[in-house]
Amino acid sequence: MINNVIPAFAGVTKRDNIMRYLPLTDSDRQEMLSVIGAASVDDLFVDVPAEARLSDKIAGLPDHASELAVERHMAALARQNLSAGEAPFFLGAGAYKHHVPASVDHLIQRGEFLTAYTPYQPEIAQGTLQVLFEFQTQVARLLGCDVANASMYDGSTACWEAIGMARRITKRGKAILSSGLHPHYVSVANTMARFTGDALVHEAPTLDAATDIDALIAGIDKDTSCVVVQYPDILGRIADLTPLAEAAHAAGALLVAVVTEPVALGAIKAPGHMGADIVVGEGQSIGVGLQFGGPYLGLFACKQKYVRQMPGRLCGETVDAAGKRGFVLTLSTREQHIRREKATSNICTNSGLCALAFSIHMTLLGERGLRELAALNHGLAVQAADRLARVPGVKLLNESFFNEFTLILSKDAREVVRNLADKGVLGGVSLGRLFPDAPQIGNGLVVAVTETVTAEDVEVLAKALEEELA
Amino acid sequence: MTMLKEGRPTAPQAVTETASIPATATGNRALMLEEALIFEIGSTDTTGVDLADAPKVESRLGNLARADSIGLPGLSEQETVRHYTRLSRQNYAIDLGLFPLGSCTMKHNPRLNEKVARMPGFADLHPLSPQSTVQGALAVIHELAEWLVKLTGMHSVAMSPKAGAHGELCGLLAIRAALEARGDARSVILVPESAHGTNPATAAFCGYKVEDIPATPDGRVDRAALKARLGPDVAAVMITNPNTCGLFERDMKTISEAVHAAGAFVYCDGANFNAIVGRVRPGDLGVDAMHINLHKTFSTPHGGGGPGSGPVVLSQALTPFAPLPFVERQGDKFVLIEEETADEHHAASFGRMVAFHGQMGMFTRALTYILSHGADGLRQVASDAVLNANYILRSLDDVLDAPFGSSGPCMHEALFSDKGLAEGFTTLDIAKGLIDEGFHPMTMYFPLVVHGAMLVEPTETESKAALDQFILALRSLAGRAKAGDEALKGAPYFAPRRRLDETLAARKPVLTWTEPTQAEAAE
Repeated sequence: MINNVIPAFAGVTKRDNIMRYLPLTDSDRQEMLSVIGAASVDDLFVDVPAEARLSDKIAGLPDHASELAVERHMAALARQNLSAGEAPFFLGAGAYKHHVPASVDHLIQRGEFLTAYTPYQPEIAQGTLQVLFEFQTQVARLLGCDVANASMYDGSTACWEAIGMARRITKRGKAILSSGLHPHYVSVANTMARFTGDALVHEAPTLDAATDIDALIAGIDKDTSCVVVQYPDILGRIADLTPLAEAAHAAGALLVAVVTEPVALGAIKAPGHMGADIVVGEGQSIGVGLQFGGPYLGLFACKQKYVRQMPGRLCGETVDAAGKRGFVLTLSTREQHIRREKATSNICTNSGLCALAFSIHMTLLGERGLRELAALNHGLAVQAADRLARVPGVKLLNESFFNEFTLILSKDAREVVRNLADKGVLGGVSLGRLFPDAPQIGNGLVVAVTETVTAEDVEVLAKALEEELA
Repeated sequence: MTMLKEGRPTAPQAVTETASIPATATGNRALMLEEALIFEIGSTDTTGVDLADAPKVESRLGNLARADSIGLPGLSEQETVRHYTRLSRQNYAIDLGLFPLGSCTMKHNPRLNEKVARMPGFADLHPLSPQSTVQGALAVIHELAEWLVKLTGMHSVAMSPKAGAHGELCGLLAIRAALEARGDARSVILVPESAHGTNPATAAFCGYKVEDIPATPDGRVDRAALKARLGPDVAAVMITNPNTCGLFERDMKTISEAVHAAGAFVYCDGANFNAIVGRVRPGDLGVDAMHINLHKTFSTPHGGGGPGSGPVVLSQALTPFAPLPFVERQGDKFVLIEEETADEHHAASFGRMVAFHGQMGMFTRALTYILSHGADGLRQVASDAVLNANYILRSLDDVLDAPFGSSGPCMHEALFSDKGLAEGFTTLDIAKGLIDEGFHPMTMYFPLVVHGAMLVEPTETESKAALDQFILALRSLAGRAKAGDEALKGAPYFAPRRRLDETLAARKPVLTWTEPTQAEAAE
């Protein structure tokens, strides 16, 4: 159904050599050169060693092109993809399709938000700063924590930053990662730990209805800096984190909770209210959209007492010289531009515009809308799970779930997913793709059902699975 | 007075007294509207969305239903639009005027890029969609990667880093992996004192010890000091080129040769690539790894703090260690190499840095920008960016101290210091004065090697008329600061807020909103 021919692109240089984003005219350039006292622009590059100076444009690349020509090329590439909205769509596993109200994208495209920089000059950045203050409050309340920062890159990097923060607080270097933690988050942590020397304990999940909370508790010892647990986990299961928090605290360790689907917190208890010390998450599912994996939105929240060990920017309230309330970036002595090698993180640019989108969507929802959205997701997911579990060769793993659950198929789910895609059905994420080193769980298929899924979509998936597993 | 017969005046009375502008009852000033917090104007019962009724099912939430009030206020759609529109008007932005933050490359953000990024074929794709359904998206990543490799003269590019600092991390991890692969444990990264703060922070973040390299009086890396410090414990040197003083590191190539001879690698901070794109290829200077801030050189919007995107170009020596995932072309198909398939021929990869494939939304925008400019246009970008900066340098160096003004032409940014200002007047005063003049201030107090630094980067998308107005404003402010005009210390006067108390914010941090107590509410 998708035409796989990628069109070639050729620049269409105009004879007069005008490029639409460059306002200087040749006479401007001459006038400016004479002020500078240089004969030509080439003279301004005199410090570049002659052997490294390019005398002309780089060969083998197209020249500039009109807006129409570029749009045509990019649109042709876009048409090579099967987008979520074009198909019965059930993918989740860390990225969720939700309906984003039209006003969200309209508002984030206001130039005053879109084309502003980091709010280093607070007198002319109160718009961004107030949004960040509101965002921090929304995130802290949603996750059940005292404070939240102004965002990280995404959930996976926020997760690693939380492990590093737990190391600094406890001065211990062993982190226990739940088998239910997103395997890509585990990979990111493994990459970093290899270089920082942190010891990470992790195993692939098993296809059980119960989570690994008991095993995690059993693994905590005096060297443990933190336990990292995803809620709901990668298979969609939901566990009470309270016993885990108590066990971690009893051993002097911290509990780090990871939320990849924040809409769930409109229906289930917040990790911070079950004792988690640091709660991180992927905020993509509220306001941001799928975007093939990025930019996304790292959420980062913790208890008040740990705020000075937090990574990332923080916005705080203050007053101006005339006594009016205003907002500024604060506690920046934690950050790289002040502390350099002693900073809590190297992060600088974060996900500001995604935080804005999250905050606007959350404001449109409000608590009432969020709870309704969560209830709708859960209700539809329960109906879909029951329907799909009736397909011969399909078994539902979960006893508990929010809007995502795991089906155990009678054959390897990777092949099933590929075959469903050939039929125009985006049927879920196979555990084989997520855990290539754990073939014993390769028959697992993670299926997400949000408010964008219709009853007809579920029927299409059920029928397609039935054919595939017959 | 001119007046219609029903009594409506049609021409204003001449205004003679502007000092006594009356206060308003609301605190608003016509188009400048004060806006309360959503927590003060919204309610948890209000919502701006309408959803279908949830089907009645037996809950399977594991007895963990959230019973407490979350405390998230809602607004109707119209109130929401107004709230954020009003807030937006309290921001300065490139769309309003010149935004000369040095090292930040605040250039025009073309709107075609926004349109393309929002095409459903890009914006509405799940990162784990089967590869047969995302060939166009993989093609975008591959096409952009080819451009970046050719523009830099490097061997390959890692596309997944999320921002510049994340790219630095990628480069250093690749270097560390390469050293470990040859059994060579090294512990030190050398960083010039003029470097961005992210450089030393990144080196420390992945377990290295950081040592400073001094600068020469002309604002460049002290080549002799650097060479003297090289040794078997040095893993890499991180150099920004063009550097943060706005100068090209003339000795880059010989520095690279010395670094390589000592068995170490050269990391280049590419934040300032805009100055040389199409005119110099870092690969020709001996660079092993360099991040490219797509949100700077390739104009993806900065969004009030992000998102960015920091692909890292790599030399042949570092390519085998590039992070997962990445896109390969195999015949007429594009393949995403992930953990599942990496073992066969990418076993040396240092691993994964992010959950998915990087900043796709920035890739579409950057590729659109690059195709719009083409090879000829990108070379012109660097030429005009450098021309504009030198025009500013030479139009102001008679009224502001330019510490390296005699070191030759600057690159894309002009550096000034606070030398010569009247006693008690600072760079901050000039910056705040610029706000009243309708400009965003320059980068201030960075780089650290210059006292009271003012780093001005105009970028190539400013017209001569815009530059001339900026020069006019800065000349006036320099004059006032030198003459000791006390009024300057109160600036800004015309912004939504006067100078803010940062000390108070840090001493008693208020990071979230809390309900006022009854006593406070009664005030």
